Amino acid sequence: MTETTKKTGVSRRTLLKSTAGLAGLAAGSGAITGFPYVMSAEPKVLRYLGTAVNEGDDISKQCLKDTGIKIEYITATTDDVTKRVMTQPNSFDVLDIEYFSLKKIVPSGNILALDAKKIKEFDNITPVFTKGETPGGKKIGGQGTAPWKVLYLEGKDSKKFATSATEFVTLIPTVYNADTLGIRPDIIKRPISSWAELLNPEFKGKASILNIPSIGIMDAAMVVEATGKYKYADKGNMTKEEIDLTMKVMTEAKKAGQFRAFWKDFNESVNLMASGETVIQSMWSPAVTKVRSMGIACTFQPLKEGYRSWASGFCVSKGVSGPKLDWAYEFVNWFLSGYAGAYLNRQGYYSAVLSTAKANMEPYEWAYWMEGKPAEKDIKAPDGSLLEKAGSVRDGGSYEDRMGGVACWNAVMDENDYMVRKWNEFIAA
Amino acid sequence: MDTSEDILQQAAPGLIPGSGTARAAKPTRLSPSFISWLQAGPMMLVFLAFFLIPLVFVVIVSFWDYNEYQLLPAFSGRGYTDTFEGCIAQLPDLCTIAKTYLKTLKLCFLVWAITLFIGFWVAYFLAFHVKSKTWQMGLSLLCTIPFWTSNVIRMIAWIPLLGRNGLVNSGLMKTGLINQPVEWLLFSEFSVVLALVHLFTFFMVVPIFNSMIRIDKSLIEAAYDAGATGFQTLTNVIIPLAKPGIVIGSIFVITIVMGDFITIGVMGGQQIAAAGKIIETRVNALQFPAAAANAVILLVITFLIITMMSRIVDIKKEL
Repeated sequence: MTETTKKTGVSRRTLLKSTAGLAGLAAGSGAITGFPYVMSAEPKVLRYLGTAVNEGDDISKQCLKDTGIKIEYITATTDDVTKRVMTQPNSFDVLDIEYFSLKKIVPSGNILALDAKKIKEFDNITPVFTKGETPGGKKIGGQGTAPWKVLYLEGKDSKKFATSATEFVTLIPTVYNADTLGIRPDIIKRPISSWAELLNPEFKGKASILNIPSIGIMDAAMVVEATGKYKYADKGNMTKEEIDLTMKVMTEAKKAGQFRAFWKDFNESVNLMASGETVIQSMWSPAVTKVRSMGIACTFQPLKEGYRSWASGFCVSKGVSGPKLDWAYEFVNWFLSGYAGAYLNRQGYYSAVLSTAKANMEPYEWAYWMEGKPAEKDIKAPDGSLLEKAGSVRDGGSYEDRMGGVACWNAVMDENDYMVRKWNEFIAA
Repeated sequence: MDTSEDILQQAAPGLIPGSGTARAAKPTRLSPSFISWLQAGPMMLVFLAFFLIPLVFVVIVSFWDYNEYQLLPAFSGRGYTDTFEGCIAQLPDLCTIAKTYLKTLKLCFLVWAITLFIGFWVAYFLAFHVKSKTWQMGLSLLCTIPFWTSNVIRMIAWIPLLGRNGLVNSGLMKTGLINQPVEWLLFSEFSVVLALVHLFTFFMVVPIFNSMIRIDKSLIEAAYDAGATGFQTLTNVIIPLAKPGIVIGSIFVITIVMGDFITIGVMGGQQIAAAGKIIETRVNALQFPAAAANAVILLVITFLIITMMSRIVDIKKEL
């Protein structure tokens, strides 16, 4: 008797378990839809896939407080985010990705274009994205995958980018920046003003660039142009010959021992610079801030040829619908409403809607970060730690100067496949 | 194998459900071969599900076509031809891919030779010089201490030591031996090999120690009695008998180093190419078939090395 009871008990439990598992799987994969009552009774949760740039604890906490939406971060590197969109489009709801990746992910059909009419602040988005100029009217360099080239789709389910404004937006912009070289002024001890300095034999064995092909090649192109060797029609969309030429210049420098190391993530670049292994390298603005917060002199050096820019934003997975889609809009609207924008501005990035961010910042903060004025008071990071003492000025000056000085954007080229192969050869040389 | 089956048959009546139940009228005995299959079954299923089937997929995908954003399931050798693009035109110069595989083999050989040398003598010391079992136990546990932290930490710990302003350089500068920091200490082949040796010597020590500990001590005494010198005993008695351990350790080290890209990346400052690194870049560029093709090539090379090694020693027989 006991044996029988035990047996059925076990099998029932197993049965329950497996059914529950299956149901979970089905729900997770988005196969079960159309249960409005059940869904609305559930807590509002959005799975948010992106790089760590926009993802802050403070942002998710504030969002929960303001909207009741719980954000679950899924953090990955730029490459891995793209990979995940291709291979597991149902594993996230909101996607935070860079504009240059759109050339890969839009044709895959795995993302949903957002309706501009449902974005409250859409008309207030900085003209950097919509017109390719700064609010002050400076024209911005459009080489590479500039956001305004890939901002709109032809229709709701279209896989083609529209040439003029439509209501279907691929990515609602959130954050962007103008990148340049970071240097150690305490070791270099002379003014640096050109990208060409990266290959100056004076810094032999002390230079570095980043080993992400689609970004690294843009830096390489800036250097080649700065040395006067070649002028590209579009640095962000080279021909095979141009790729060969660029990689030849870089390979010769590498063989001559110019580079100390290549870096792939934020922390690697910080460590290289802080330990003095490199004195000049491509860098991201917050990485420079990080080195400086360690008490080591480091400058995000403006250069006469201009900046290489990047931008990222939000879109939604194709699998999202019903109330979840409404929450996604609610979240994007909240993100543009000011708190997050101010938070990003205080890290040295720029927010997409300037007016709401300004309303959430102190006037002295705005003057330091955005207007290029000397800090009236000590400048603090979002976590409260001291970034800059009163009186200091931001590298590269005001928003107008920096964004107005952008020469090109991170890009995916038509010859991307060839470029990646050539890049591999450069690394192996 | 024989012994285990004997033991099984003796133990079977009590162990195997169904066959030994006293209530059963006719004791139905399962055939020994069926029992063997039953025992090997779970492992085989795991092997099939997590190794063989994925491997078959990798081989299949390596023959697919691809574009920027998707796999195209149509037969294509593009993954392979792209990999070797321009190699023949470039002859007699070696193309990058060939150089990369040669570099990987070179690093692998260096690491293998050094770990084998160090591992052999550590195992020798543990097996023959440490007399008490307790000390043998204690000292081999000591060897595992580095494994109490993760691979990544042990690897990264070298960086502040070997860097331009690191401990080694500043120490050498202070003693006046050098007046310029030595640069080849970090982000060089030297640092890669150093880190790999540090990480994987233990994988040599354990199997070799395991083989040595089973050598009958009276054989060594007999060798001495017969007038062999220490060196002759080593080459004629100990090394031949420790061969299975040496081969197993070598297989561990070679397979790990051939596929490694993280250590080579971090310690080489991302400037040293390795076969694993090519696969990683390809995957990151969403070129899965090309990545799979490189994985297949790497697998074939590693497999060839291991086959050669098992030609030298028949591991199955020795075990």
